[in-house]
Amino acid sequence: MSLRRLAPPDVQPASFAFNSDNAKWAEATIAKYPAGRQASAVIPLLWRGQEQEGWVTHPMIESIARMLGMPFIRVLEVATFYTMFNLEPVGDHLVQVCTTTPCWLRGSDAVVEACKKHIHPHQKTVSADGKLSWMEVECLGACANAPMLQIGSDYYEDLTGPATEQMIADLRAGKPVKPGPINGRRSSEPEGGALTLTEKSLYDGSIVGKHKPVPPPPPPESKKPGAA
Amino acid sequence: MATRKLIVDGREVDAEETLTLLQACEQAGAEIPRFCFHERLSVAGNCRMCLVEWVGAPKPQASCALQVKDIFPNKDGTPARINTTSPYARKAREGVMEFLLINHPLDCPICDQGGECDLQDQAMGYGRAAFHRFNENKRAVEDKYMGPLVKTIMTRCIQCTRCVRFATEVAGVPDLGATGRGEDMEITTYLEKAFESELSGNVVDLCPVGALTSKPYAFNARPWELRKTESIDVMDAQGCNIRVDTRGPQVMRVLPRLNEDVNEEWISDKARHACDGLSRQRLDRPYIRVGGKLKPASWAEAFAAIAAKVKSTTPDKMAAIVGDLAAAEEIKALKDLMGGLRVKNIDCRQDGAKLSGKRQTYLFNSGIAGVEAADAILLVGANPRWDAPVLNARIRKAWLASPLKVANIGPVVDLTYPVEQLGADITTLEAIANGSHAFAKTLKDAKRPMIILGSGAITRADGAAVMALAAKIARDSGMIGPAGSHADGGWNGFNILHTAASRVAALDLGFVPGQGGRDVAGIVDGAQKGEIDFIYLLGADEFDVAHLGRAFIVYQGSHGDAGAHHADVILPGAAYTEKAGTYVNFEGRVQQASRAAFPPGEAKEDWAILRALSDVLGARLPYDDRAALLKALVGDVTHFSDVGTAPLHADTSAATWESIGTSGPLDARTPVGHAIADYYLTNAVARASETMAACSREFVTSSKMAAE
Repeated sequence: MSLRRLAPPDVQPASFAFNSDNAKWAEATIAKYPAGRQASAVIPLLWRGQEQEGWVTHPMIESIARMLGMPFIRVLEVATFYTMFNLEPVGDHLVQVCTTTPCWLRGSDAVVEACKKHIHPHQKTVSADGKLSWMEVECLGACANAPMLQIGSDYYEDLTGPATEQMIADLRAGKPVKPGPINGRRSSEPEGGALTLTEKSLYDGSIVGKHKPVPPPPPPESKKPGAA
Repeated sequence: MATRKLIVDGREVDAEETLTLLQACEQAGAEIPRFCFHERLSVAGNCRMCLVEWVGAPKPQASCALQVKDIFPNKDGTPARINTTSPYARKAREGVMEFLLINHPLDCPICDQGGECDLQDQAMGYGRAAFHRFNENKRAVEDKYMGPLVKTIMTRCIQCTRCVRFATEVAGVPDLGATGRGEDMEITTYLEKAFESELSGNVVDLCPVGALTSKPYAFNARPWELRKTESIDVMDAQGCNIRVDTRGPQVMRVLPRLNEDVNEEWISDKARHACDGLSRQRLDRPYIRVGGKLKPASWAEAFAAIAAKVKSTTPDKMAAIVGDLAAAEEIKALKDLMGGLRVKNIDCRQDGAKLSGKRQTYLFNSGIAGVEAADAILLVGANPRWDAPVLNARIRKAWLASPLKVANIGPVVDLTYPVEQLGADITTLEAIANGSHAFAKTLKDAKRPMIILGSGAITRADGAAVMALAAKIARDSGMIGPAGSHADGGWNGFNILHTAASRVAALDLGFVPGQGGRDVAGIVDGAQKGEIDFIYLLGADEFDVAHLGRAFIVYQGSHGDAGAHHADVILPGAAYTEKAGTYVNFEGRVQQASRAAFPPGEAKEDWAILRALSDVLGARLPYDDRAALLKALVGDVTHFSDVGTAPLHADTSAATWESIGTSGPLDARTPVGHAIADYYLTNAVARASETMAACSREFVTSSKMAAE
């Protein structure tokens, strides 16, 4: 982990406001918490702000602090604590490459190289055309499909260097890219289809017998919730 | 109170359940090292230095974060055993110390905290001297800007977060925070703005290491070089207990002293940092004005010049004014001298406050600690954040602990707690007095209501009428309860918030115009018309000194401020750190200040100057030493013998309270203001201080410019 500071003033936008949908959503979110506990909404609001702008800006921090009646420093503390809040500007597509051990063992270095070559030599830096930026992240929990990366809320899995380069080119050209395993397998099934539990008899009832409908259970006696 | 049996280091003790284990162990005589724990702040539990062994528990326990009520007895019913000195506890603390020292620089020789550093001390006890196993790079942290008073060397920070908790909880200015996390956690102000609080200097005392140190004091002295003198602060009227650290003749720094009833353990930035003003702009020899220019003179020449003038005039053309920093001794001496010369034009109320008469009518009757019992406060023309910052922290403390309602008649200021703003219209007070205002009901419903009249209210032209209305509110809303202080079950919430340290003592001694005498405004007016031609100023700089016409002015004081600039004779006096003096704070608490250094040059203690002058003027004062003067002081006003205690206000008779002020019409066109225009420049010492000037630029001038 590295030092987390707000981006320098010259890249900060002049202002921040939630768009009308998000503003409505923010109001509802704040209302979820009891009076005096509005500060609880700070993480959801920052997250929604990041979804809207791509990153957490200085005006966003102050705007959200005002919405929640919090001192600015308290919101800054939250924004700098959580590494999933991006404090630097991002491209239209933010490529988050997992480099934790399983992905690294399966070749995430090649994915990172592709990013360095085709996006920017440094992570967390927007490419010259403003369309892409990339960053290394810790384990995203898709180790069965390592190596992988995340763009937006989609995972792109089973990557190789050339596949990543192709994907970056497609993104840059505005072509659709398909989420999921890049090599055609279904979710995390073995490549080329399932290798176990393939016998038909497991599923036709010849082992466990024919399906008999079970009568519906009697209605539960009225009990207080939590009573033994 | 419920207690629980514990065996601490083999000794069975009964510990109160509300205590933390750390406090219980300390009561049992054990010494627990700590960095983050502080009695007056919330528990953070993040430094882990206070680890103790709870026999049977799977891990060492952070004793600061463990309450006694959470410690259960052993299975066989015997009390839980806590070991604070066992090898197990010791090893745990040594481990913590090892981690702390990994990232702490070895710069004690150039660190201002050296010699009074908690980390240094505790490393002596728990450091593994001949032992290190960290061969990686050390972390370094960028220093942060926190204003003109707090210097930061953040690499030394051990992230105890005491300063963050102080700023948020006590100062009520949530400017400080901890950004980032883990190794990269940094204490900072929001985007490196200055820490905007009148109590900011206290974070330096709180910091257990040298991360936050005093900027004006940087690289100036080592604690073991300093002579420490316990004294009383005069920068405001609260009488905060201070310790004055001197090296030779120079006051190097001022630190707070613990006094639960007055200042707990905080002092304001002015009390702490105005001390560099004590060595600037000093009057160190007498001067006489010759041909429009001040010329150095001897004491005898100065006295002769005064005597010549006094002989050529009459008592009704003479006047004396006491300044804001004078101690009771010189006020008494000046009063006796003026009495001997039959002068009636004497006054101590430079600001024109309409106060005099019975003692209860000009005191902060509830006492400072009494603020914590209040449940509704009406501020009139008071800005406690500037008038008495430590008192303001008390009000905030009360608001944090209880549902306290505060309303303010006067300009809107951020007092660090929510305040119902009633506007600056003085007629609002009338509306509350006659019950037509909503806040009147709040005061009536409150169990311990309080009214605080600040200088902004009592110095108004219609101040007497304001006082009368305030007294009526006090009577009607039950602020004046049965006899005794709130500690005895009674209550007196009629409070005057003075800003001048000398004021209550001067009023106690009756330094107000005699029958037919002139007050300060009268003296100024008289001087302009030529009806007053001799004025004795005892450190008085805070009134219209520039417009005293052709009157002959004697200025006795410590600093070359407004008064000295217009003086015909200057008598160099001692500043508050240079004399043993008696001060009475706004709650009527008599406190003794001690001499920490000698006055510079030919300057003398003030009462001694007056005693010597009295001889020359042929009105010899009957005391030759301070003991005799104190005896005379107590003879005049008996409560001067009760040092250290605030009085119980037994006089709640209707006669006293109905005599306060005089009802009359209010001047509705003049809005209620605040007396202090610039917190950092309220007296001669502060105006001579470079540090205070820097603070004024940073916090007052710049924010005024931003507002315009």
